Amino acid sequence: MTADARITDARITDARITDARPAEVRPAEVRSADEVRAAEGRTAGARADGPRAAGAQAGDPPGASAWARRRARSGAKVRRRLVGAASLLVAAGLWQVLTVTDAQVWLRFDRLPTLGEIGAGTASRVTTPLYWLDLLQSLIRILTGFGLAAVAGVAAGVLVARSARAGDVLTPLFEAVRPIPAIALVPVAILLFPADEQGIVFITFAAAFFPIMVSTRHAVRALPTLWEDAVRTLGGGRRHVLWHVVLPGILPGVFGGLSVGMGVSWICVISAEMISGEFGVGYRTWMSYTIVDYPAVIVGMITIGVLGWLTSAAVELVGRRVTPWLPRAQEES
Amino acid sequence: MTLGITLESLSLGYARGPVLREVDLAVRPGEVLVIVGASGSGKSTLLRALAGLLPPHGGRVLADDAEVTGTSRERAMVFQDDGLLPWRTVRRNVELPLRIRGLSRRERRAVAQDWLARVGLEGHEDRLPRELSGGMRQRVQLARALAGTPRAVLMDEPFGALDAQTRAGMQALLLDVLRDTRATIVFVTHDVDEALLLADRVVVLGRGGVRSVVEVPSPRDPAAGRAGLRGQILEEL
Repeated sequence: MTADARITDARITDARITDARPAEVRPAEVRSADEVRAAEGRTAGARADGPRAAGAQAGDPPGASAWARRRARSGAKVRRRLVGAASLLVAAGLWQVLTVTDAQVWLRFDRLPTLGEIGAGTASRVTTPLYWLDLLQSLIRILTGFGLAAVAGVAAGVLVARSARAGDVLTPLFEAVRPIPAIALVPVAILLFPADEQGIVFITFAAAFFPIMVSTRHAVRALPTLWEDAVRTLGGGRRHVLWHVVLPGILPGVFGGLSVGMGVSWICVISAEMISGEFGVGYRTWMSYTIVDYPAVIVGMITIGVLGWLTSAAVELVGRRVTPWLPRAQEES
Repeated sequence: MTLGITLESLSLGYARGPVLREVDLAVRPGEVLVIVGASGSGKSTLLRALAGLLPPHGGRVLADDAEVTGTSRERAMVFQDDGLLPWRTVRRNVELPLRIRGLSRRERRAVAQDWLARVGLEGHEDRLPRELSGGMRQRVQLARALAGTPRAVLMDEPFGALDAQTRAGMQALLLDVLRDTRATIVFVTHDVDEALLLADRVVVLGRGGVRSVVEVPSPRDPAAGRAGLRGQILEEL
């Protein structure tokens, strides 16, 4: 090191130290551990109460600002729901106008049922056991295929990301199969499995597997190495790293993949049912079309939409529940 | 029980090139050895090698007489950046080394509670790391490292990101805690005054190796002779 450089370094060090606390007075200044613990506890407490304190006006009774915040938040939530409901009502109204007037504006609405016909169709369908049997059948298929894909996708994603050897063996295979749309596997599924049922579950599995596997693989690779280092220097081995770092750490990424996987699972289960099912919402919707029961087609579509929305919302909800440590959860609570 | 660590002709580096060459150094059992050096001098690299996180390019590290070939619970590490697992509460972070050792739930809880009390975090057991200040998080790291009863604690600029007041408090807390534990401490910092406050010996790193080793007179505490040592260390830097 040159003399100049040494001087500069020394000055920098000196300046930093002087900013921090003067060297001559430090020993007297070093507060007792108890004092600092108390001060930090207060700071953290103030941080936790920060937004509340910021929102409070001088002279407000205690809790007034919290109440105001809750009221503002619930007002915003009601407004959002009203906007959502209005959006649906406008779409339904537009549908009604177009179908009642038998509109033919390039698109032909004259053969589509009105809201009244859809309502009557819904009432007559949901009172039959067949409707619920179809619904149950589709749910069993999707939950089986999706459940298997969730387990296999997470396991495969962790394996290829954590083990170089497994990555070398499996990645080319996965990358070769991944671009094939799951629905294109229907002929293979028909040939491969002895019963249609198993083939449909296989299609659903194949649809969900790849988004889950890829999200998991990315999530494992994106984990900060610091967490693994911490566990290893506490005496943890590979098993401990997997259990205490990898599996909990990848949950946010995995649930992203599960959400996507659930969406494509529905697309594929309905398509597969339309092609080769004997029961199920997809099968019934297609059958209704072939017998020119258009209100029943719309009832089937609405059923698929509601089921898809409910299952996706369930995945989202579980994802939020198992990752309460994410900043997002704090903001929303 | 304390741990002596010996570095024999230790060379360290990364793919981009060597950082330290042929370093010989002995960390005495039970001492507080503070490593200072300018940025890029290899302080953290050396500490990672002592922890077993970084294999050497040449030479070896001995923990007592056994060659270090990987990590061990005997050599716990406290990181500058937040090494806490964000999904575990304060208590469960401190319980982690005990869980790894297979202690029962009751034993884990008792030991963790004891250490949390020692670092002044009673009442914060069920908080998540993100709900704590920087100083509190470092205290949880310290409690977690010590709860596993390591024979050596390796501390990589643990107070570097803290404001001056909090850092002073953490230094006091560390001195407090060190009175209770006989673990060997290797502490990395680039604050010379922090080094002189905490150290039995100060190692100055630079130019790819050890530039000097400075004995700090005991007791560590205040003034006498520190101004001279400070000047000497700054000169080496």
